Order: sequence, then C-alpha cells, then structure tokens
Amino acid sequence: MCRQTKEKCAHNAGAVYCGLIYAFLFLPIVVIVINSFNATNTKPYLTWKGFTLDWYGKLFQNSALLDSFQNTLFIAVTSTLLSTFIGTLAAVGMYKYKFRGKNIIDGLLYIPVVIPEIVLGISLLTLFTNTNIPRGLLSLVLAHTTFCIPFVIFNIRARLDGYDKSIEEASMDLGANRLTTFLRITLPVLAPGIGGGALLAFTLSIDDVIVSYFTNGLTMTFPLKVMESIKSGVSPDVNALSTLILLATMVIVILTQSNLLKNLRKVLKRQS
Amino acid sequence: MIKQRFRSNAGPALVMIGPVVLWLAFFVAIPLIYVLVMSFCGIDKNYNVIFRFTMGNYRRMFDIDYVEIYGQSILIAFFSTVICLVLGYPFSFLIARTFRSKKTILYMMVIIPFWTNSLIRLYGWRTFLGTNGLLNKLLLTLHITSEPVQFLFNRSATILGMAYVLFPFMVLPLYTAIEKLDQAQLEASADLGAHFRSTFLHIMLPQTASGIFSGCIMVFIPCLGYFFVSDILGGGNADVIGNLIQRQFQSGNNWPLGAALSIILIVITLLLVKLYQKCGGDMQSLGV
Repeated sequence: MCRQTKEKCAHNAGAVYCGLIYAFLFLPIVVIVINSFNATNTKPYLTWKGFTLDWYGKLFQNSALLDSFQNTLFIAVTSTLLSTFIGTLAAVGMYKYKFRGKNIIDGLLYIPVVIPEIVLGISLLTLFTNTNIPRGLLSLVLAHTTFCIPFVIFNIRARLDGYDKSIEEASMDLGANRLTTFLRITLPVLAPGIGGGALLAFTLSIDDVIVSYFTNGLTMTFPLKVMESIKSGVSPDVNALSTLILLATMVIVILTQSNLLKNLRKVLKRQS
Repeated sequence: MIKQRFRSNAGPALVMIGPVVLWLAFFVAIPLIYVLVMSFCGIDKNYNVIFRFTMGNYRRMFDIDYVEIYGQSILIAFFSTVICLVLGYPFSFLIARTFRSKKTILYMMVIIPFWTNSLIRLYGWRTFLGTNGLLNKLLLTLHITSEPVQFLFNRSATILGMAYVLFPFMVLPLYTAIEKLDQAQLEASADLGAHFRSTFLHIMLPQTASGIFSGCIMVFIPCLGYFFVSDILGGGNADVIGNLIQRQFQSGNNWPLGAALSIILIVITLLLVKLYQKCGGDMQSLGV
C-alpha cells in the first residue's frame, strides 16, 4: 500500500516534469501564435493591443513573403525527390555489392552529417563561385540535396539490416529480371525506410538556415526572409504564416500518426 | 556461369552507386579540399583570393580576440550540452518507459516544434524574454523586480537558445537507447534491494552510454557553428566560431581566413568523433 502511493507520487512527479519540458519546447511557439492575432501596428509589434485577423489578410498581400515560402517548398520538394532517388539506389547498391573504396564513400557520407553546417555552407559557396554555377534556386537545390542524401541513405540502411536477400534470389529464379525484381520486391520492402528518409530530407530542407544563407544568391527562402526581418522586428504576418505552417503540419501528423484513420476505417467496415 | 554472373554485376553496381559517388565527390570532397587549399592562400587589395602559399591565416588565428571567442564557443557548447543532457535524460526515460503507452504521441510532440522554423522560435524566445516581454511583465506585476530585467544579449541567453534548438538531437538518441533497456534487469536490480542510484549507475548508465555520447556530439558540435542563435539572442556579446566564419565570408572579406577558421572547426569535429569511436560509439547512431 505504502509502495503504491509512493509509486503514484513518482508517476505524478514524472508527469509534471514532462509537462514542464513540453512547456519549454512549446513556449516560443505559443508566443508566435498569440502575436499573429495581435492588433498592434507599431514596431517592434510586441505589446498586446487586442485580437485581430488582419495579419492573415495582410499575409496574402505580402508577395515577397509568399514568394519566399514558395521557393522553400519548391526547393524542399525537389531536393527531397533527388536525394531520395540517389540515396535509395546508393543504399541498396552498397548493401548488395562489394567493391573497393566502400569505406571512402561511407566516410564521405558522414561528413555532411557531423561537420557543422556552416563548413558545408562555405565550401559549397566557394564551389559555386568557382564553377560559375548561378546562385539561386539551382544552387539551393544542389546544396540541400547534398546534406539530405546521407540522411536518406542511413534511414534506408537501418531498414536493410533485417532484409532477407533470398527473396530477391527467389524472384530472379522465377524468371523476373533485375529491374522487375527491384521495383516489385526490393522497393516495397524498403518503402518505410525510404518514406522515413524522404520525410527527414523534407524537414531538414524546409528548416535549413545556414547552408541556404551561403548559397542563395539573391533568391530568398522563408527562413532567410525571417532572418532578414528579425533585424527590424518580425512583423506579425510572418507569425501568421508560421502559425498556418504549424497548423498544416499538426493536421498531417494527426492524420498519419493517430489511430483516428484506422478507427474510422474500422467503423466503416463494421457498418458495411 | 558463376563467373559470368559475377561480371554482370558491375553494370548494375555502377548504375546504383555511380550517382552518389559523383555527387559526393563534386559537392563534398572537392569543395572541402578547395577550402583546405584556400586556407593557405592570401588575398589581394580587392579581396580576391591569390594562390600563394602562406601560413598567415593560421598565425592570425592566434590573435587574442579570436582565442577568446574559441574559449567562449566551447563554454557555450559545453553548458548547452550539459543542460540538454540533464534535462533530456529523465525526460527520455519518462516518455520511453514510464508513459510508454503514450510514447508515440509524446515522441511526436518533441518533433513537432521542429517544424516551425527555428529562427521564428528563437524570435519567440526573444519576444518572451525581452525588456517589455511577457516574463518581465509578469515579474513586475508580481513585484519580484521593480525594473525590467535584461535577460537577453548575453551568454546565458545564447546557451538557452542553443539548448532549446538542439534539445531534440539529445532526446532522440537517448530515447532509442533507453527504450532498448531490459525491463527485467531493472526489476531484478530493484528486487535484489538495489537503490535506484545503484541501479542507475550499474545498469542504466552503462547500457545507455552510447546514446549519451551520440546525443552529446549531436548537440556540442552544431553549437560551435550556429551563428544565428548568438545573433538573435546573444546580440553580439556571445559570438561562437560560426560568427567569425560567417563574417569572413560576407562579400568583400577575407575568405582564406574564414577557410582557415573552418579547418579548425573540422579538426575539432574529427577529434570529437574519434573520441566518440574510442568510447565505443557507433557511427550509425549519429546519423538518424
């Protein structure tokens, strides 16, 4: 009995502790969401002047901000596709075939993961200036793809650890060629790893500040636009856009992660 | 037959591995080698890089102003790492084991803040901690202080920001390590009369050491480079090595000096990674 109350106590204390950590994690986000409804129009836009939805309206007139967000989405989608394509081929290839220099590839893959992003940023900057690759959307996509590839590969590799090679051999023995085997056997098995890698690549790209800072030229991404506006005090339409982004991602998370959909499907099945 | 099959592997292997090799060579290896070469170069009057061997950049790095910033960087990175570890370990334990029935959602809630741009979140902190921010308003109305307190633009604010931005990087490896702990062992230890402290020291700590190491590396190294955190919260009073590099690479500055500073950062990183491997750390768990 005594032990039970003690355990309950510890349990509650743990819940309070977790609550505090989440408060720490979400506090600045709450501040942003609140400020996106703040009716103030004097810089630095901090004092609470009452509720308004004006900033959401203003957001859709701020074409520079919307353009930067569009750029960010374009870069994220393109570099996710590119890095997922290259990464999937590489992960499977490195798993299946033995060849000399594998260690070197491995070592090169770890570089973008462990070195500070700023070093990758400046080295790509010197590459782009020396090779006359125009700095803009193209250079940003190339740069983002570079730091995404290793994360995609590592994610797929984790999945490959428990992979049974014999099913591929079975497929080949039954007369399927390499491509068919890859598309119909290898890919479906690896799908969760590929999906996870792609999601990670997308997240990294969309939030990237440092590498973009050095490789953007005159093209603005959303994070860079934020960086620029911080100097003068972030105007609440930036807060409004951030709130909308947060809302969109929360909806996606809830739809994909929760049992909501599964339960819904179950209910539907039962009815039919 | 076997030989033919073996030979025919070269084609597909090339198709699969070729792209990544080319990509890494062109976008990782060559640029880094170029940065290394550049760090031994000088500049002319127009700030163009001239290729004549000099150790000047490395000599300049021992200027006392620079050395002070290295020290400050390491201090900031150290305290940020300690804060993340001390707050993150019990937290990871709680979400991975105590509240394990809800662990997916609890884990996702650590990731979700990630999806709001980190600059915006740092600005949120700046708004909260500012002299006319919420915290100061609260302190004033509760009569805890009579004047607004300046929380911002110093080392502590920068440490807070770094720890905040990098906290998930500590939690993810810790969570993975703690989740793998064997419940039976923990219970056996408790049943045999061990105090929580000795269970922690003899069972949990050794088995989660790899998670701790990889978390520490994932927090410590980025801290040295995250110039935007000290820009936003440190206000120029808490620069890290990243700020030094960033300044040299703005147009019309000394790129070779910036390159030399980057090499220092690479050397620190390599040393830490070597140390990590020596301690039995697994490279794979650094990535994901």
